[in-house]
Amino acid sequence: MADWYRAHTPVVWAIITIIIMMGVLQGVCAYLILLERKLCAFMQDRIGPNRVGPKGLLQPIADGIKFLFKEDIVPGHVDKILYFAAPAIAVGTATLAFVVVPFGPTRMPPAPPQPPAATATAEQKAEYAQAQQTYAREVRAYESRYQFVIAPRIDIGLIFVFAIASLAVYGVILAGWASNNKYSFIGSLRSSAQLVSYEIPMGMSVLGVFLLTGSLNLERIIGEQVQTGWWLIFLQPVGFLLFMIAAFAECNRLPFDLPEAEQELVGGYHTEYSAMKFALFFLGEYTHMVTTSFLLTVLFLGGWHFWYITSIDLGPIAGTIVKIIIIWLKMTGFIVFFMLIRWTLPRFRFDQLMGLAWKVLIPLAFANLIATMVVLQLIENYHANPAWRWILLPIGLIMFIALAIPAVWRPSGRRGGTPRVTGTPAPPLASVP
Amino acid sequence: MPIAEKDLVWVQEPKLKWSDHLYLPAIAAGLQTTIKHIFMPKVTVQFPEERPKLPPNYRGVHRLNRDEQGRVKCVACYMCATACPAHCIDIVAAPSPWPDREKYPETFVIDELRCIYCGMCEEACPVDAIELTSLFDLTGLSREEMMFDKEKLLSVFDRTVAAATDPIRTSRGPLGTASELPKEG
Repeated sequence: MADWYRAHTPVVWAIITIIIMMGVLQGVCAYLILLERKLCAFMQDRIGPNRVGPKGLLQPIADGIKFLFKEDIVPGHVDKILYFAAPAIAVGTATLAFVVVPFGPTRMPPAPPQPPAATATAEQKAEYAQAQQTYAREVRAYESRYQFVIAPRIDIGLIFVFAIASLAVYGVILAGWASNNKYSFIGSLRSSAQLVSYEIPMGMSVLGVFLLTGSLNLERIIGEQVQTGWWLIFLQPVGFLLFMIAAFAECNRLPFDLPEAEQELVGGYHTEYSAMKFALFFLGEYTHMVTTSFLLTVLFLGGWHFWYITSIDLGPIAGTIVKIIIIWLKMTGFIVFFMLIRWTLPRFRFDQLMGLAWKVLIPLAFANLIATMVVLQLIENYHANPAWRWILLPIGLIMFIALAIPAVWRPSGRRGGTPRVTGTPAPPLASVP
Repeated sequence: MPIAEKDLVWVQEPKLKWSDHLYLPAIAAGLQTTIKHIFMPKVTVQFPEERPKLPPNYRGVHRLNRDEQGRVKCVACYMCATACPAHCIDIVAAPSPWPDREKYPETFVIDELRCIYCGMCEEACPVDAIELTSLFDLTGLSREEMMFDKEKLLSVFDRTVAAATDPIRTSRGPLGTASELPKEG
């Protein structure tokens, strides 16, 4: 038994982490709903739920019990299989995307050695064999310590998240289609168009991060920010902004809320869902929010790193706890920002939404990528001269301001948008006898 | 009648500056407003621990007023029953046992569930006998219970005067002009 455990330690840890994090994630989502209600109440000069438990802290439990015991109505006119599959897909993909995201202190994963070219000498081949053995040892050492990721050392971490998030679109489409209801269908079509359009800026805005860190492995990205001490938000301010806007859209969150617009589409694609299935959609949306907030902190804010605090050696347990608190605080800060924006901004109209994605965010993401590539090319041997990387910050800001204006300019006249009232008055009104 | 040309005002949309086109300064200003409101005092009244502050002419449950000698002020003139839009007042008049008035109500029943709490009866009464108090959390276990008769309405008077929540609003002296005996001759 002990031998089996020692041989399969990462697997056992992964299973335990999955079990714990499933519970933690769903509890966090339930309490995020309470946080949202309290925050929106405070912004509207009222108190949120405060009757159930002290300060309303037991409200999510009451909500959970309500959802469990509510009558599960399945309308007769729905497509049974897809109707049941849609919330499962929505919640399943949202939870699956969390698998590679670090939620605590991580270590820099070992880098595999470069294989030698075909024309290498025997000496270089021997070096390579040696490096491979060192790498294998480092990997064993790495895997013997617990990492706060469900699936550590996945080199395509970021692409995995985006791919799974793309699958979440299926949940929305199927929900609208299976409901057999034209308003739900319109909602789901809008939602799928929005989600697909905003995946492109989301992927392109992290290309700058990829260029700077040379890896899509989320633990390595944190490791690079820890090593240099420069958080990527300072080096990629435009990328941060674009990723955040795209994240708002991916979570179907105001101001990109049109698919769920209660005023327009009743409930959008989740009109026909009651009780637990509706709760699953909600849970999926909040899990998306949690995952993208974690991604924002990991990619741009340095994850668990904080300049002075995390370099103090507090011992294994206290140090881990401090780092966990730091990353969760940053994540909560982003979630609070999500909620503040939701209750402040009005909703985008659908054509404005699509115009923003295709005509504004994608050109800006391109420009960001080109600027980053140019700077990296000009600073030779970038990784050896870290002192020059500060120049990316003002370049990013200047580029954003300079390029954003023509990207969003709406010239007056019929081409730019709705017709405007001109100065010439209408023909004289006919006089009524 | 056609509108004169000089009265027409043509309004243009305001032209956006380039910083407006970015929308980010506007978003920041909006966030400033909402974040400011997070820290402002809340307007919620925690009922039932806190009672709301009602304005002085709040229209709640009715009461029948008594005069200084403790007799019911109402002279059964049927003005309130006539004025009531919901027809919820039912009066049966009888010769009054006291010498200074002709009639008094033998029974005076208001159906509090039919009442729309408009205050027309209070405005119509010439002797300030019926008033609406500030009691609003009225409950009953049956519809019959909510038909307030004369004793119940007088008891509302006794309770509110004792609790000093609704001072007596009579402005016309002891009984008002309608109760004076007709002039001799």
